[in-house]
Amino acid sequence: MMVTLTIDGQIIHVERHTPIIEAAKQLGISIPTLCHHEGLQPFGSCRLCIVEAFRGNRSKLVTSCNYPAEEGLTVLTASDRVLETRKMVMELLLARCPDVPGIRRLAEKMGVEAVGFKKKGDQWCILCGLCVRACEQMVGVSAISFASRGIEREVKTPFGMESDVCIGCGTCTYICPTGCIEMTGDPGPPGHRVMDMGDLALGSCSNNHDCETCDIDQGFLDKMKRAIESVRL
Amino acid sequence: MGFEKVDEILENYAYKHDALIGILQDVQRLENYLPQETLQYIGRELEVPLSRVYYIATFYKSFSLEPRGRHIVKVCLGTACHLNGAVQNLEQVERVLSIREGETTEDRMFSLETVNCVGTCALAPVTMVGEDYYGAVTPGRVEKILSAYSTGSGSAEDGKD
Amino acid sequence: MEKIKSSSQLEHYRESIVHKRDVGKKVIRLCNTGCRGRGSSKVAEALENQVREANLDDKVTIKKTGCHGFCQIGSVMVIEPGNILYQKVKPKDVPEILSETIVKGEVLDRLLYRDPKSGEKIRREADIPFYQHQSKTVSHNTGKIDPTDIEDYLAPGGYGALDKALTTMKPMGIIETVEASGLRGRGGGGFPAGRKWRSCREAPGIIKYVIANGDEGDPGAFMDRSLMEGDPHSIIEGMIIGAYAIGAHEGFVYVRDEYPIAVEHLSKAIKQAESLGLLGEDILGTGFDFTIRIITGAGAFVCGESTALMNSLEGRVGEPRAKYVHTVESGLWDRPSTLNNVETWANVPLIINRGAQWYADTGTDTSKGTKIFSLVGKVRNTGLVEVPMGINLSEIIFDIGGGIKRDKKFKAVQTGGPSGGCIPMNKIDMPVDYDSLKQLGAIMGSGGMIVMDENNCMVDTAKYFINFLMYESCGKCVPCREGLKQMHEILSNICEGHGQEGDLELLQKLASFMVDASLCALGGTAPNPVLSTISYFRDEYEAHIFDKKCRAGVCRNLFDYYIDEKLCNGCTLCRVKCPEEAISGEKKKPHVIDEEKCIRCGICFSLCKKEAVLVK
Ligand SMILES: Cc1cc2nc3c(=O)[nH]c(=O)nc-3n(C[C@H](O)[C@H](O)[C@H](O)COP(=O)(O)O)c2cc1C
Ligand code: SF4
Ligand code: SF4
Ligand code: FES
Repeated sequence: MMVTLTIDGQIIHVERHTPIIEAAKQLGISIPTLCHHEGLQPFGSCRLCIVEAFRGNRSKLVTSCNYPAEEGLTVLTASDRVLETRKMVMELLLARCPDVPGIRRLAEKMGVEAVGFKKKGDQWCILCGLCVRACEQMVGVSAISFASRGIEREVKTPFGMESDVCIGCGTCTYICPTGCIEMTGDPGPPGHRVMDMGDLALGSCSNNHDCETCDIDQGFLDKMKRAIESVRL
Repeated sequence: MGFEKVDEILENYAYKHDALIGILQDVQRLENYLPQETLQYIGRELEVPLSRVYYIATFYKSFSLEPRGRHIVKVCLGTACHLNGAVQNLEQVERVLSIREGETTEDRMFSLETVNCVGTCALAPVTMVGEDYYGAVTPGRVEKILSAYSTGSGSAEDGKD
Repeated sequence: MEKIKSSSQLEHYRESIVHKRDVGKKVIRLCNTGCRGRGSSKVAEALENQVREANLDDKVTIKKTGCHGFCQIGSVMVIEPGNILYQKVKPKDVPEILSETIVKGEVLDRLLYRDPKSGEKIRREADIPFYQHQSKTVSHNTGKIDPTDIEDYLAPGGYGALDKALTTMKPMGIIETVEASGLRGRGGGGFPAGRKWRSCREAPGIIKYVIANGDEGDPGAFMDRSLMEGDPHSIIEGMIIGAYAIGAHEGFVYVRDEYPIAVEHLSKAIKQAESLGLLGEDILGTGFDFTIRIITGAGAFVCGESTALMNSLEGRVGEPRAKYVHTVESGLWDRPSTLNNVETWANVPLIINRGAQWYADTGTDTSKGTKIFSLVGKVRNTGLVEVPMGINLSEIIFDIGGGIKRDKKFKAVQTGGPSGGCIPMNKIDMPVDYDSLKQLGAIMGSGGMIVMDENNCMVDTAKYFINFLMYESCGKCVPCREGLKQMHEILSNICEGHGQEGDLELLQKLASFMVDASLCALGGTAPNPVLSTISYFRDEYEAHIFDKKCRAGVCRNLFDYYIDEKLCNGCTLCRVKCPEEAISGEKKKPHVIDEEKCIRCGICFSLCKKEAVLVK
């Protein structure tokens, strides 16, 4: 079923329940995100994609990556309230990972000049979950996952040990917006490729992706490796 | 180590993925913690990624990946207990057992944990040793309570005021 | 056991239970759940052994019941006939209770409760002020019946509501009745139960679920525990009725890991109900099937949140779902699901039995019925209290609770758990209902009521809750995880004496951001304790930030202990117990504290009988 909604004053018809972020994209309106990827199920963790949704006179902030399009909905993607909220998200992320170039650039772009928070971290990972979901939903391997909860949450291989299911495809390094999973390029024993996340070795393919059943080709991997450097935001 | 007991548990739950938490709880009852090999075994048998098993085991507070002592001392830090001085009791238990929260004594007799409310707030501050509740605990009573367990005589004067 | 196949068979069975009971026999009702913390298991053991040894089996029945509510005076025992309440019973009291009260009918004066106000001993349970101001409705069975014996529940009319619903009402009629009763959810938000049921019934789907939320994560709350332990059948009966109304055939009770007795009693209750044909296939011969499974949590506060709970039921991590679809349409395994708190479910049989109008007669315009609160903290009488909605906070704290312990000054009452707020003295004449509490910046929550006195620091209290949530948050979304971390940092700094101008504004700004931007209600309500304490106790924050003083004597860097020489009688207790040898003084002469050596552990403060140790 098609529905009609208004985004920043422009009218658009989309299939009902299309995420607002996708509908906005069709109008050429881009909404910032750090945890959304078209190929993955929405996760809603970064809260950067927040927009203001109106029903009648009442409005509320919702995340556009998973808010479903409904008939008659009116959306503002850059109201003051929205921009203030996004700034705060960036301020908090910048306090968590002050050294990550991508985060610094994005924060700057959103007008975050100084961080009012005292507590500073030295992390690189923003826990957006892109790598975890990509590994599960795209690659179908689930070599990495979150671990623990609350402020102790982290991304890890089970027990922090070298994964024995990781196929070394590099998808996680490719999709990570902060660059905290490194493809070290250091081949180690012949044919091994190890991915590093901090001090954590993700794993490797001991057969150098040569098995008959492996559908990852070497050319793709090499291209990916080159792409990583340029793609990181 | 054989996994016969684990197999039994898995069978009880008909190898259902949605029973994973229950399975881990039962397995933990066997050894008081979740050994790494056992988790790997469960992942393989259930055909769920080890990463999912590991996430569950680290997310829920009642699971432990480290071996724990015979008696688990749980100092309640729920609101009522906090207001009635639970922190001082915790510090006293730490002094008496010479371990910190989350640790186990060298003789594997005691592990010290904190919990957020055991539901007997009217008796605050509360400390549990194994299944036994002790209400209105004061730092002065801590040693007496614990010594009953270390000498193996079982529960102390059963939580009198 | 023969299954019951019709209304008349149920009635017949009920009559046979009542018939076989020996009315001449005395009954001892001993709390064997909450009072275990005061050693009631040992009392029960002694009773059972000695009754057997003295051949008193035909004289007395021992009923191991759920919580009587007045936990302060446990172990509690009530003897019928006569409604005699014995308090603080110990195993050593058992022989005398048997020989005097059971055999001779004499009341043991020394075990009676003494009213602190009048100084009089009170013999009957019903005459104790703590109970007099209450109206036990949902909890009328807890403390009365043996929760492990279905006959005890059946005898006074249990499962009558189920019979009525299944045999005389249509599903829609039940929903309309529940709607008309005005019953609102007892687990937190206060959503109208009937409306939730209707949406779930109307949601497309063949398979639907009903779930009871027995996670009771709020620290300081234990009313759900007492219901599950003390009257499990009322929850089960409510769930079956709800399932019939909604069109569900499978139900779950999610019980938190810390409640083993609740699991035990619920499991027994389910088995017994199944064996009588009150649960399972073809309930009461009506053709309606419904089963209930118990699932235990594994220690995670966030699992009380509805979508996290459903993830947990599916054997996953309790991470709330990022979805703008209601669980009544897409919940457990993406099927329509109705989740209600256990106390909400326990209200249902009452409404069906006595009608919507009867129910709606109690309470206020928008909050109907009664509510169980757990009254804890610095009140004299701690325990569970059930009161009509709309009663004043001060009635609960002063009339039922008996005022503040050791005649200290009341400072605040915290309601609603970690998402709730602190209500100050000048607001405690407000009625207790969903809307008034919300207006005060607190919430009803599940019913925890934690009373604080002058020795509790409000900044420390706010920090306590933020610290709690920081580790209990699932950590998925940025506002909650990072916001709580920063809030905690700011509050810790204030408590340590490093607070500075602008901290309060930053806290407030962060708070309103978290309310707006968090994924689930945990993050969305987490700032409440901070906001409510700032709005009612701003002066205390300012004293910490600008004067570097914690007048309550909690934040260790911000106060000193001293001994009032007029009050000190030189008993030496504090000097002996001080771990730092910071106290000096001769016997019978006033003592002094060396501020340099003192680590402010509070031992002298709590020990001094003369209350001569003071805070400055
Ligand atoms: C963080 C969080 C924790 C919660 N914990 C509980 C709980 O322990 N028990 C409960 O009944 N509801 C809890 N709730 C509320 C539930 O999400 C849900 O609203 C409730 O169980 C619905 O039942 P009711 O309508 O009968 O209250 C919690 C909510 C949140 C956000
Ligand atoms: S490692 Fe990268 S992709 Fe994975 S959660 Fe962290 S920031 Fe996101
Ligand atoms: S608000 Fe907190 S508990 Fe809720 S999803 Fe976000 S991090 Fe998790
Ligand atoms: S993109 Fe929507 S929350 Fe991250």
